[in-house]
Amino acid sequence: MNVLIPDVLKSYTGAAQVVAEAGTVGELFEWLDEHYPGIRFRVIDEQDRFRRHMRCFVNGIQTFDLGAILSPHDDVVILQALSGG
Amino acid sequence: MGALALLVATKKGAWIYHGDDARRQWQVDGPHFLGHVIHHLVLDPRDRVTLLAAAKTGHLGPTIFRSTDLGKTWSEAKRPPAFAKAPVGTIGRSVDHTFWLTPGHPSEPGVWYAGTSPHGLFRSEDGGVNWEEVSGLNDNPQYRDWMGGPQDGTPDGPKLHSVLVDPRDAGHLYIGMSSGGVHESRDAGKSWAPLVEGLEIVAGMDPGQIQFHDPHCLAICAANPDRLYQQNHCGIYRIDRPSDQWRRIGRAMPAAVGDIGFPIVVHPTDADTAWVFPMDGTDVWPRTSPGGMPAVYRTRDGGESWQRQDAGLPKSHAWWTVLRQAMTGDTCDQPGLYLGTTSGSIWSSVDEGANWSMLAEHLPSIYALEIGVLA
Repeated sequence: MNVLIPDVLKSYTGAAQVVAEAGTVGELFEWLDEHYPGIRFRVIDEQDRFRRHMRCFVNGIQTFDLGAILSPHDDVVILQALSGG
Repeated sequence: MGALALLVATKKGAWIYHGDDARRQWQVDGPHFLGHVIHHLVLDPRDRVTLLAAAKTGHLGPTIFRSTDLGKTWSEAKRPPAFAKAPVGTIGRSVDHTFWLTPGHPSEPGVWYAGTSPHGLFRSEDGGVNWEEVSGLNDNPQYRDWMGGPQDGTPDGPKLHSVLVDPRDAGHLYIGMSSGGVHESRDAGKSWAPLVEGLEIVAGMDPGQIQFHDPHCLAICAANPDRLYQQNHCGIYRIDRPSDQWRRIGRAMPAAVGDIGFPIVVHPTDADTAWVFPMDGTDVWPRTSPGGMPAVYRTRDGGESWQRQDAGLPKSHAWWTVLRQAMTGDTCDQPGLYLGTTSGSIWSSVDEGANWSMLAEHLPSIYALEIGVLA
C-alpha cells in the first residue's frame, strides 16, 4: 500500500511517500520501523497508543486501532497536528 | 585543559558555542535540530567526544540523539528511554520527554543515566544507544505512589532530575523528583530511600508525605562529595553526610529577595561556595527575577551569608528567569559561570560572578546550559 509520510518524519524515510507491505496498521508501523529505524516510537508510544498529536488515516478514515486490517491497495496517510507556539 | 564548549538546549533546538582561551569570544555553531524541543545537551567528560541530546518535538515522541564529532553528524538511539508495556487491562506509563542526562561514574565508561517526565530513571551502558529502565525505582510500588501523575508536578509534567553520581562510588546515586522528593541509592539503583528530613513543604501540607516535597535542583560538591546543596520549591538547603538532615541555608538570603529559585551551582574546588539565581515565589508565583532585577547570589561560607552579584546584568525591567538546568559553571582556575534565560539570552562571567556580560541573545527560550571540555 501507499503510505504518505508527513514532513516531520521525512528525515527517516527521505521521501514523502513509501510503498509498504503489511496486513494491519500495527504491522505497517513494524514494517516502517524495520526499514526506517526509530520512526515507530516517534508516532506510537510504548503502550501502543498513537501519540497525542499524531494521526493515521486509512482510505480517508481515521484509525487508532493497530489491529485494523489493511489491504494491498489501501492508501494510508500519517499526519501530525501542530500545536502550541 | 581543553577548549570549552557551551552546550545550549532550547525550546526550539540546540546550539554549541566554542570559547577562546580567555572565554571572551565565542564562535556559534548551530542551530542543531531546529524546531525540536531539546531539554538537555551533555558532553561525556570521560571521553570528551560523546555528545547526547534529549529531544522531542511538539508532535513526535521523545528520543536521544548521539554525536561523536561535536554535532557534525547525529545518530538516533536504537532504544530510547521507554517504560515497559503495561499488562492488558492496566494503564501504562509513557515517556513524554527525557528531561535530564547524566554521564555515569568514570569507572563505568559508556554508562549514562536519564531522568524523564513523567518520573522515570533509565540507564544506558553503551554510550546512550540503548536505554533500560532502572527497575528498582520505576517499578517500586512505594515509589509509584510518590511519583507524579499527569495532574501533578511542574506545568509541563513531573520531572525526574538532578541524577548525581558520587565521584567516590559508582553505586551511590542521588535523584530529585518534582514533585516527589530527594532520594538516595547505595546499590546502583537497586534500592532507594528518601532523603527529605529537614526540608520544608508548602504550608498546610504534611512533610511526612514524600510526594509533596519539591526539590528543584541538587548539586554535589566535587571538592567534598559528602556535601550537597539544594534549591527547593521551599528554600535553599545544604546537607553534610552522613547526616540525613537538610538545613535551610536560604534563611540568610535578603528577605526582599527570598530563597526561591530553580538552579544551584557549586564551586568546582571549594565546597563552601555556591551560587543561586532567585526568582519571585510570591503570590501567584511569577517565577521571574524579583522586582525585574535579575541577580545571582553567592555564598562563600556554606550558606551562612549571601552576596548579591549583578554587575553587568540589567538593572530593571528584566522579567526573565533561569530554569533549573540553565545555570552552570566551568572548572577553570577562576571558574566561569553561565546563565541561560527564558528570554533566550546567555550571560557569562569569567570571575566567579563578580561581573557579567551577554554572550548571546535572541535564542529561543533556554532550557539547559552545560559546559563541555573538548578533547
